[in-house]
Amino acid sequence: MSPSVDLAPEKTGMPLLEAVGLSKSFGPVEVLKEVSLGVNPGEVHAIIGENGAGKSTLMKLLSGHLQPTRGEMRIGGETVALTGPVDAERRGIVLVHQEILLAPDLTVAQNVYLGRELRKGLTVDDRAMNAGARQAVRDLGADIDPQVVVGRLSIAQRQLVQIARVLLVPHHVVIFDEPTASLTPIETEALLKVIAAIRAKGVGVFYISHRLPEVKEIADKVSVLRDGRLVASHPASTLEPVDMARLMVGRDVAKLYPDRHAEATREAVLEVEDFSVPGFAQNASFTLRKGEILGFAGLVGAGRTELMEGIVGLRPGRGGLRVNGAAAHFPNVDASLKAGIAYLSEDRKGKGLLLAEELSINLTLASLHKFQRGLQIDRARERAALNKAIGEFDIRAGRKDMLAGQLSGGNQQKLLLAKMMMTDPGIIIIDEPTRGIDIGTKQQIYKFIAELAAEGRSIIVVSSEMQELIGICDRIVVMRAGHVVGEVSGEHMNENEIVVLATGVKSAEAA
Amino acid sequence: MTDIAATNEKVRKSWKDIDLRAVAPFVALALLLVLGAFANPNFLSIDNLLNVATRSAFIAIIAVGATFVIAAGGLDLSVGSMVAFVASLAILFMNSGAIADSSIMLATALGLTIAMGAACGLANGLITTAWRIEPFIATLGTMGIYRGLTTWLSQGGAITLREPEIQTLYRPAYFGSVLGVPVPIIAILVTAAIGAFVLHRTRYGRHVLAVGSNEDVARYSGIPVERVRTITYIIQGLCVAVACLLYIPRLGSTSATTGLMWELQAITAVVIGGTALRGGVGRIWGTVCGAFILEIVGNIMLLSNFISEYLIVAIQGAIIIIAMLVQRSLVRKS
Repeated sequence: MSPSVDLAPEKTGMPLLEAVGLSKSFGPVEVLKEVSLGVNPGEVHAIIGENGAGKSTLMKLLSGHLQPTRGEMRIGGETVALTGPVDAERRGIVLVHQEILLAPDLTVAQNVYLGRELRKGLTVDDRAMNAGARQAVRDLGADIDPQVVVGRLSIAQRQLVQIARVLLVPHHVVIFDEPTASLTPIETEALLKVIAAIRAKGVGVFYISHRLPEVKEIADKVSVLRDGRLVASHPASTLEPVDMARLMVGRDVAKLYPDRHAEATREAVLEVEDFSVPGFAQNASFTLRKGEILGFAGLVGAGRTELMEGIVGLRPGRGGLRVNGAAAHFPNVDASLKAGIAYLSEDRKGKGLLLAEELSINLTLASLHKFQRGLQIDRARERAALNKAIGEFDIRAGRKDMLAGQLSGGNQQKLLLAKMMMTDPGIIIIDEPTRGIDIGTKQQIYKFIAELAAEGRSIIVVSSEMQELIGICDRIVVMRAGHVVGEVSGEHMNENEIVVLATGVKSAEAA
Repeated sequence: MTDIAATNEKVRKSWKDIDLRAVAPFVALALLLVLGAFANPNFLSIDNLLNVATRSAFIAIIAVGATFVIAAGGLDLSVGSMVAFVASLAILFMNSGAIADSSIMLATALGLTIAMGAACGLANGLITTAWRIEPFIATLGTMGIYRGLTTWLSQGGAITLREPEIQTLYRPAYFGSVLGVPVPIIAILVTAAIGAFVLHRTRYGRHVLAVGSNEDVARYSGIPVERVRTITYIIQGLCVAVACLLYIPRLGSTSATTGLMWELQAITAVVIGGTALRGGVGRIWGTVCGAFILEIVGNIMLLSNFISEYLIVAIQGAIIIIAMLVQRSLVRKS
């Protein structure tokens, strides 16, 4: 593994990095209030909290991306004022960003060494960088050709490259900001092993995540932020995920998943037969029934998203498609929307919403024809529709004329759901409905999905979170490497069976 | 609920919430008028101002089309060449004597000009959408093609409208006036009013802004992205054709240098007007204001004695850079 050099003289018993009474205000709004916590050598300290609780702000303060309004930071017991991320890195504090920040057209090695290229005379030393990058990735338990262009890697592989890049900096504190948000269970498992290895070398780790079982598994200590305050800090061994959820929300989260009464015989609304999306999915067949919630499980790259995009006309696809018994083919989304199928992208910021536009413009974008009066768009009706949607989907917007990009992730998802529901679809395909969303909003989204199904709409949920699929779905289709490899329902809907199908190996081997 | 909505409206209308980027071009225009008045007392005369506005007609009308293209995330560098090409074809047709009656001939020629403008725009649109070539490269190519064809048609010289009867008939289209307002100014206002209505009030206009704002979101929302883009180029072509209709009676002649650098001026007008070059925001009236600003700067330089008028293009080049800087500083503040 890359160097974890002693940069500062370590005083025994002193936390490697410590926040003392840290506060941060943006204008009049205090987003972080007097937070004190620290991480010791060889400790994984998890920070959990709902969206907007101040986790990201805290991490940005600790990694020098922001400066505190009040309070101080100590490294090895010494008070320091970080001037920026470069300063933090120099002091051995590194941050693994949530988003993947790599240049897609450069190779793995070029990305790993970007900005700190190894030189040989006047030129860069590609050979040494390739070797170094290969080793750095291997240290993370993966094998990626360092000369491959990053754009051709899977999301999980990119994540590893990004981590390898960060760990190349001599460090003694590593901050992970939701590193598993886009990873599948098996990849997550591998990443947790990497973190355990980092910890074993005496490095301190801050770990932010929404996934509480994972926190339970990896963390030594868990701190909970709520509304910018540190509300609890306990050894992980004393907390169960349900306790963590309660601390985060500040009330009992009695039930995350809604009660559902699946009925047995219902007519098929969407029949997919031997449908292929070249390069991504081959000969997929499945049936969606009226009022049903059908889950799609699989690893990242299994072709679930691409299959759905092929069905609704976002990608070229071929094969049998029947909607309410009638053969169909959709050349574009306009056609599939007209047939009553709505697709909500997993990438709600990039493909779901116009972040720089107002809420009402986003809400009506897919159903503008309903707001036409003569040649014009009826702005008053648009505003009325927004008021209605805000009530129906509990979109928490400070101002009605705010921009979609100013909403929190959870409210963006609600807005996206409201937007697609404006088209009044009978079939709704939701891709990663709760990615990056806090637990309170998750619960709401599940409730909406259940209600839509109860109204007689049929829903496909594509998710990498198996718990969520098991929690809300009637049946789960599993895909592996572009193929539908099985279907589970009833008592067979458990993580073990799904993992076996998704990976093609017994879970014991997979782990 | 109604009460809440009403209060919201009021809150919005307070002057703090005014979008500085939308207002900036008009403030700049006002400042220039003041500056012009100091530079030369004749500047603020009605005659001079009408003259300036009339002279800005070509760029203003072309720039209204460019606002659509740019708001949808595209770019059209070919507009200057397209003016030369379309106007040349129109004059050649009028010279051909294919139709004996002068007024029918003129009417047919006008219709043909519009059709040719639309066709040239459609060509640009299809090259960028159906063949998927970057708009910059695609229209750089057609810019050369339209310019080269004009040079070939004119054999390096000029193409001049010969029929005196048509000339007389056509003359008022540029030199005439209605209730004291020169026709070109009316043409600007009508074009801009239609443009603003389409861009800000109709479903198509909303689609243009959505495509320019985020193509993926538009596609995932069921918007026919390619068609929306192609139509922006057709709108651009139509605006070029309208500019041609005004241009031909003015000089009655075209050459290989007709409309040279007009693409720079049109894009500058659009950017000064507050339309984002990356797409997603379009301001038609800002664009018209930008075209006025360009013309007024030239006019002030002519009327005053401290800057050589030979520097006009250099100043216009500088203005586009300054406009971008001002826009960015306004974004930061808000």
